[in-house]
Amino acid sequence: MDADFSIPEGMELVYKRPDSLTPAHTHYCPGCTHGIIHRLIAEVLDELGVRERTIGIAPVGCSVLAYYYFNLDMAEAAHGRAPAMATGLKRVSPDKVVFTYQGDGDLAAIGTSEIIQAANRGELFTTIFVNNAVYGMTGGQMAPTTLPGQRTTSSPTGRDVETMGWPIKMAELIAVLPGAAYVTRQAVLDVPTIRRTRRAIKLAFQTQLAGLGFSMVEIISTCPTNWHMTPEEALNWAKEHMLAYYPLGDTRVSDSVRALM
Amino acid sequence: MAKELIEGNVAIAEAAIRAGLEAFYGYPITPQTEVLEHLSWRMPQEGRVFLQAESEIASINMVYGAACAGVRVMTSSSSPGISLMQEGFSYIACSEVPAVVINVMRGGPGLGNVQPSQGDYFQAVKMAGHGDFHMIVLAPASVQEAIDLVVLAFDLADKYRTIAMVVADGAIGQMMEPAELPPMRPVRRPEERPPWALTGAKGRKPNIITSLYLGAETLERINLGLQAKLRLIASQEVRWSEYRTDDAELLLVAFGTVGRICQTVVREARAQGMRVGLLRPITLWPFPVNPLAWLAGRVRGILVVEMNAGQMVEDVRLAVEGRCPVYFYGRMGGVIPLPDEILPELKNM
Repeated sequence: MDADFSIPEGMELVYKRPDSLTPAHTHYCPGCTHGIIHRLIAEVLDELGVRERTIGIAPVGCSVLAYYYFNLDMAEAAHGRAPAMATGLKRVSPDKVVFTYQGDGDLAAIGTSEIIQAANRGELFTTIFVNNAVYGMTGGQMAPTTLPGQRTTSSPTGRDVETMGWPIKMAELIAVLPGAAYVTRQAVLDVPTIRRTRRAIKLAFQTQLAGLGFSMVEIISTCPTNWHMTPEEALNWAKEHMLAYYPLGDTRVSDSVRALM
Repeated sequence: MAKELIEGNVAIAEAAIRAGLEAFYGYPITPQTEVLEHLSWRMPQEGRVFLQAESEIASINMVYGAACAGVRVMTSSSSPGISLMQEGFSYIACSEVPAVVINVMRGGPGLGNVQPSQGDYFQAVKMAGHGDFHMIVLAPASVQEAIDLVVLAFDLADKYRTIAMVVADGAIGQMMEPAELPPMRPVRRPEERPPWALTGAKGRKPNIITSLYLGAETLERINLGLQAKLRLIASQEVRWSEYRTDDAELLLVAFGTVGRICQTVVREARAQGMRVGLLRPITLWPFPVNPLAWLAGRVRGILVVEMNAGQMVEDVRLAVEGRCPVYFYGRMGGVIPLPDEILPELKNM
């Protein structure tokens, strides 16, 4: 379609699909914010001019098929292991841009060891961490990030922190590791937060390109399907409840990253 | 190159370097830690990648990542660590990327001990991970053979885009003997990485490496492809050695360290007038079914000796198909069976 598309006289092209995305239709549910996040990453890779040397690692979770949507070389990791795979790959391909795309179950439960160790080593890849407080693909079970009292299919009376523990604040946890150069928590809940997230993703990739250390952008997201809400209700619920527990903002900006800002 | 006195684990590590190893990811565990230690200084010396991972789970997934980049990559561990890697083996096998894994086996189950064992035969040959796949499994009986099989493992892994595992035991890993290392092969230049590798989609469509196929028919088609490859390997890559089988009435079957012990048993038995031969599988998968079946039709009986409760003996029985009686003698827990124990077993046959 793109090849045949011509711009009528007197008009200019102001918006198009980024080169770093494929034309594929995604499998994501209506109102899901993965699509927004995919697009932001793709726009940033286009803008930085690194699409042809970028390699992505997809997780296990709703975004398991991300490799169909990014127009990039990509691999599919085992559950939680994307940071180890990215480590192995980046170490033998230091001239490439490498990122992992992970959800909360993947990164904050089964893969905590891999993400903490990779961040602590200061691995030169970027992690995009999508936090929607629930296991989406398996049908809405309690995630490590599920809020206190939040009902899921495996916490049917609400998350009881006495028996199920507290939601993990990954952006704060990773921020204390010396190898992490840039760690931030952003959101995709309205236009201002989306714009700030785009800037954060760009800074994360710039951190990697400058070889300054590990970079991670946690993104507060929604799951209307498993939250049993309309997309709009989900956005409002996230603003009211998620942002109260997971405050937005940078948790770690090294001096050398600050010089990039 | 001249022979030098070299420890098994060091020989395995240095052989990998000579074979063009570009990256090593590993975790310490006895009795293979010298592989990791040797590579920790030799890899940087050669300008290559060495990284001590946080776990065997991380090691194998780092291997998976580097394998996706199309480089020669290896990890090394011992039995409990190999158990942790099994998830990764399955992903690597389905994704069809090449990787080499060393298992210097120790006594089990559980934490077991650090003595030599062959208790991981089933794991290596039958159940390397979930789903239908096999690794190529190579079993050296000497330091020299460990060197040769490490080099072969890289070549086979590349040729078939699969995992090749070298299973040694603590005795091979820890013993020193004279051996000759191969000449140094250069590592692959970046532009020589294979066309399927993840190198950035420059001037071509993206490469995708995955083990996820959601449709039943699609996944069956992938499996049929894997099985066809495994059949090809089974038809091309069977390796074994025979010792004095020409006139043998009784046949010993043993691999690795026990295969070497059984060579002594053959000599001692023949000195006592018994016509005994030895078949030593070098590839445990693919298993030397045909040579064993042929010999089974010519001998009075077969004695399988292993450092386990009887694992390879099952494959021997499958190959023999009742052509002759198959007996078993094994020691467990890291106890090495000695010729004096094996000889009476032969006499009782």
